[in-house]
Amino acid sequence: MSVDIIRDTVTRIYEDINSQSLEKGDVLINTLHAIQDHYGNFIPIEAAEVLKDLTGTPLSRIYEVLTFYTMFSTSERGKYVIRICKSLPCHVTGGQEVIDALKKRLEIGMGETTDDGLFTLEETSCLGLCGVSPVMMINDEAYGNLTAGRVNEIIDDLVSRERGE
Amino acid sequence: MSKPITVLVSIDSNSLLLGARHFKNYLSNLVDTYNLGSIVEVLETGSFGDYGKGVLFLVLPENVMYSLKNEADVEKIVSEHLLKGRQVNDLLVTDFEPEGPVEARSTTVEERVVLRNAGAIDPRNIEEYIALNGYQGLAKALRISEKEVVEELKKSGLRGRGGAGFPTGMKWEFTLKVDSPDKYVICNADEGEPGTFKDRLIMEGDPHSVIEGMIIAGYAVGANKGYIYIRGEYFESVSSLRRAISQAYEYGLLGPSILGTDFSFDLSVRLGAGAYICGEETALIESIEGKSGRPRLKPPYPPVSGLYSKPTVVNNVETFACVPPIIDKGASWFKSIGTASSPGTKVYSLCGNLIKRGIVEVAMGTTAADLVYKYGGGIPNGRTLKMVQTGGAAGTFIKPEELGATLDFDSFKEFGASLGSGVILAVDDTHCAVDVARNLMEFFAHESCGKCAPCREGTHMILHILEEFSKGRGSKDLFDSLYDIASTMEDSSFCGLGQSVPVPLRSIIDRFEEEFMAHVNAAQCPVGVCKFEKKKKKR
Repeated sequence: MSVDIIRDTVTRIYEDINSQSLEKGDVLINTLHAIQDHYGNFIPIEAAEVLKDLTGTPLSRIYEVLTFYTMFSTSERGKYVIRICKSLPCHVTGGQEVIDALKKRLEIGMGETTDDGLFTLEETSCLGLCGVSPVMMINDEAYGNLTAGRVNEIIDDLVSRERGE
Repeated sequence: MSKPITVLVSIDSNSLLLGARHFKNYLSNLVDTYNLGSIVEVLETGSFGDYGKGVLFLVLPENVMYSLKNEADVEKIVSEHLLKGRQVNDLLVTDFEPEGPVEARSTTVEERVVLRNAGAIDPRNIEEYIALNGYQGLAKALRISEKEVVEELKKSGLRGRGGAGFPTGMKWEFTLKVDSPDKYVICNADEGEPGTFKDRLIMEGDPHSVIEGMIIAGYAVGANKGYIYIRGEYFESVSSLRRAISQAYEYGLLGPSILGTDFSFDLSVRLGAGAYICGEETALIESIEGKSGRPRLKPPYPPVSGLYSKPTVVNNVETFACVPPIIDKGASWFKSIGTASSPGTKVYSLCGNLIKRGIVEVAMGTTAADLVYKYGGGIPNGRTLKMVQTGGAAGTFIKPEELGATLDFDSFKEFGASLGSGVILAVDDTHCAVDVARNLMEFFAHESCGKCAPCREGTHMILHILEEFSKGRGSKDLFDSLYDIASTMEDSSFCGLGQSVPVPLRSIIDRFEEEFMAHVNAAQCPVGVCKFEKKKKKR
């Protein structure tokens, strides 16, 4: 994407979020979240240049922030980003079988996207849903008490929803 | 509540996954279908805490609690209880005691402090919070001097619930004493310690208790601005707090001249974006300033120089939630709960191989055994307990015979069991100590921010050694070198993350040395978890 195409959109998002600002510069991460939500699971790298112009923050700093935080991605991800918890509370309640089942069902590894562009598989640290572990999130929706069978059902449901069945 | 019957449905991030909202909507529809709308009110409330029983409905005024697994159960409650007034005995939760929905039942001290309202009020309605003495603590605080508020906090002996246990009153005093026109109050809601989900349930079950605690802190230290820094993955908590903040503004509890005084306070939510390190207070501050979350050199500490180099109080969600009742009921009331060195209660997150997983609030000084067996219901599937990790990922592993340890901020010194963020993670005997340690170290290796070499390299070196063990390629030398790396990291890491990695590592290799050694020159993992690779021939 070129900077000019996204300039208006990014500016509008920034101005909207900036109304929550208490101090100069305190809304960068909230803004990046909003941009990522808008474009659906990724932030066009050119957004950094627009934000530089809007905030005066050096480009290098914005790039650093974009790449430091796990939740942000500058490359396009699948329509559904699956975040599967790898932390110990999920691990001891059957997390590994769930991860193996997901990889097998989607035929991708961690950090990869399916060929149809539907799913990206990512691992995450504890999601704070340990009362119903093992857990995963698909975009902003959480799923708990997972088993290999259950994840296959969930993926099947999403796939058939996408096919309009 | 004007209608004769009320059904409270416990909704939080954990119960949602069991279908709580779906069951609630289903119930509401049935109530309409049977024309019960004029006598039955269906309300959402915060967490009842126990997920071992499915979704929980509390029917008032009878105070009967039901546990539901499917829609048929909902139908049964409507057709039997609501229509005919007969209890549905096979869905009853029998060990439920009406006066205390969430906290410890039948322990030595019965006091709800942090979760006083969770599961009792509709967290989305500020008026319900106010009706149960909400914002009374703030009103009281505003009538006394800043110094008196700080003194009360100091007298109460409240210690930070994030894990380190630093005296809250002292922290506030440091900030109060600094002369600066701008100061800040930050709530650390970047709950990322594996196994911890208490802050989530406080924010979703009683958001105003956190907000009230923060406003009191602002008044006490002379700060007019505050931030709540929440994990980006905590969507429910974010919307719960945002809703609560806008209500507080509406009611004049935030903004200019609060409750008719000349004190003003503004509060805003900031999101994290998936970095465990941002739970470290200076990394969190960097993140709010719009930078990557790398910790700062301390001193100066945030109470003197924090956000934008201004004096800043940073406290955990649970700590702030303790503040309003302390001001409202007094320091001596608070001190009457818990132990001498650690007054008050603690909210525990029970997880792992336990029959009843969930949150429970009990007085400080409860034994780990009570948490595992009494509140956690013991180990499922007829298995045996192998170890318990207390305190979170940076906490300690203890063996079943050590469960007599009473947990408070001094229990690490006394029993080698840390309180930390209040995690009780049970691990049964189907798991291998090497595999557990390896999983844990993967976490630290991933979350090390990379700023300092001891942590960046140390976590990976440890992980590599543990992987060697789990592939059947361990040795006594490698085992011993774990201790060397641990002490190097402890002595020379830049921040608390790297310095605390040796705590869980040493605790598990100390206690399971035999099991680690059983992986050396063996044909297979003694528990059958690790997958050994064939040994390479020596050249």
